[in-house]
Amino acid sequence: MKKVAVIGVGETKFGEHWYKSFRDLAVEAGIKSMEDANLERKDIGALFVGNMSAGKFIGQEHVASLVADHLGFSGIPCIRTESACASGSLAFRQALLSLQSGAYDAVMVEGVEKMTDIIGSQASLALMGAGDQEWEASVGLTFPGLYALIARRHMHEYGTTPEQLAMFSVNNHKNAVKNPDAQFRFEISVEDVLNSPLIADPLHLLDCSPITDGAASVLLATEDFIKKKKIKNPIWVLGSGQSSDTVALQDRKSLTSMFVTIDAAKKAYKQSGLKPKDIKIAEVHDCFSINGLVAIEDLGFCKKGEGGKFIEDGNISLGSTVSINTSGGLKAKGHPVGATGISQIIEIVKQLRGECEKRQVDAKYGLTHNIGGSGASCLVHIFGKEK
Amino acid sequence: MIKMVHRSSIPLHWRLYEPKYKLIGNKCLKCGESFFPPRNICPNCGRKGALKKIVFSGRGTIYSYTVIRTPLDGFEQQAPYVIGVIKLKEGPKIVGQIVDTEIRDITIGKEVKSVFRKIYDDSPSGLIHYGLKWVVIE
Repeated sequence: MKKVAVIGVGETKFGEHWYKSFRDLAVEAGIKSMEDANLERKDIGALFVGNMSAGKFIGQEHVASLVADHLGFSGIPCIRTESACASGSLAFRQALLSLQSGAYDAVMVEGVEKMTDIIGSQASLALMGAGDQEWEASVGLTFPGLYALIARRHMHEYGTTPEQLAMFSVNNHKNAVKNPDAQFRFEISVEDVLNSPLIADPLHLLDCSPITDGAASVLLATEDFIKKKKIKNPIWVLGSGQSSDTVALQDRKSLTSMFVTIDAAKKAYKQSGLKPKDIKIAEVHDCFSINGLVAIEDLGFCKKGEGGKFIEDGNISLGSTVSINTSGGLKAKGHPVGATGISQIIEIVKQLRGECEKRQVDAKYGLTHNIGGSGASCLVHIFGKEK
Repeated sequence: MIKMVHRSSIPLHWRLYEPKYKLIGNKCLKCGESFFPPRNICPNCGRKGALKKIVFSGRGTIYSYTVIRTPLDGFEQQAPYVIGVIKLKEGPKIVGQIVDTEIRDITIGKEVKSVFRKIYDDSPSGLIHYGLKWVVIE
């Protein structure tokens, strides 16, 4: 199979961008990635855009052409991908497959979401579109509610505590302080989390990721292109895994383990020839603290049920056993749903290039983990400095 | 701003009449697994499966639960409300509100039964949605 690497990255700051529109954000991130790789329009074969729900957030569909149009890329083949909060990583994987197929030599992959143009309750409804509309939203179940059901069951089966969940958010915020692109650049304590309002018991406000505007863009290219253009410091894609499961949480065999994560990770580990113990840095999908905890178990960083203790013993902090969410994660860097997967990839690429300054970790390999809905889709990617 | 109205179509409720009001699902005669809501294809046996309509007993146990304190639009008046994952006696799980019980008395493993209730209304002049909720059997 053709070797493919990330050769350029660019993202907007994550947060509430009252003065920037969907297209402004997309163009800003796209141009940054072009400048980072020093490429021109003629080098780019296709554009992939990961976006969950522009239709509901800004009333705009047809966003792949919109982004191409405003980047000045008219004429380019462009593709929008949607897999709820995993839309960005899905765009990345489709771009990867297109390069491996030989269709293109270099492509741009963007993730974009503009979430703050509607009020919070409308955003909740839009996000609930990732669940089962007929059987979950219809009885009053919210997205925090879905993950609260997972958390309660995890506590019941394994004795996981609210304090251990809180520590996941605390770690994210600590890392976000060192990331200029993060939405929340301040530290929080376990007490802050436990004293914040309950949203859906046992999850508090500070167990939940925020509503965020943002865009992230990466350029992917084949080995031949990289050689021809003499591009320095490519970060190679070593493994790509994707899986799917029931959309409704009630239809899952287990509430405390995500089949999609286990399955996508198995595929990515196999392709890369690596094992969980080889991974020293990972960006995991912590839309809620419990999902970060379940992810580190299902990715194989610790045994099932021991995630709480693993976190409590300091195994996920910067430079420890496995540095989790050095970017600040979804909780503190922010979660502009369609952009999140690409933003995770950017963090791993910057880490492997050694560009993360105060939050820099020494690692040969890095992993990204991006979930859609309450676990109906998942993509796992593994990256390395060497082919 | 785009005003979103969720689930307001009348046919959407008509066509879910049997599972929503009567707890009717189906069972694959080949592998023996029961499904709620009813499925078009058995996920275990595929097209070789043989799905037959069954009526669930409406009895089950609480598998997990949460208290929703920031409700979806349409549920504001009910908040805080409890949503549980109910494991039906026949096997499948279903989510729904657990009502008529103090929050502190709700624990995993307690037995529940289904009751027919109003779920929510769209607006003062809109549709009133009915369906099943769950109560703890003491």
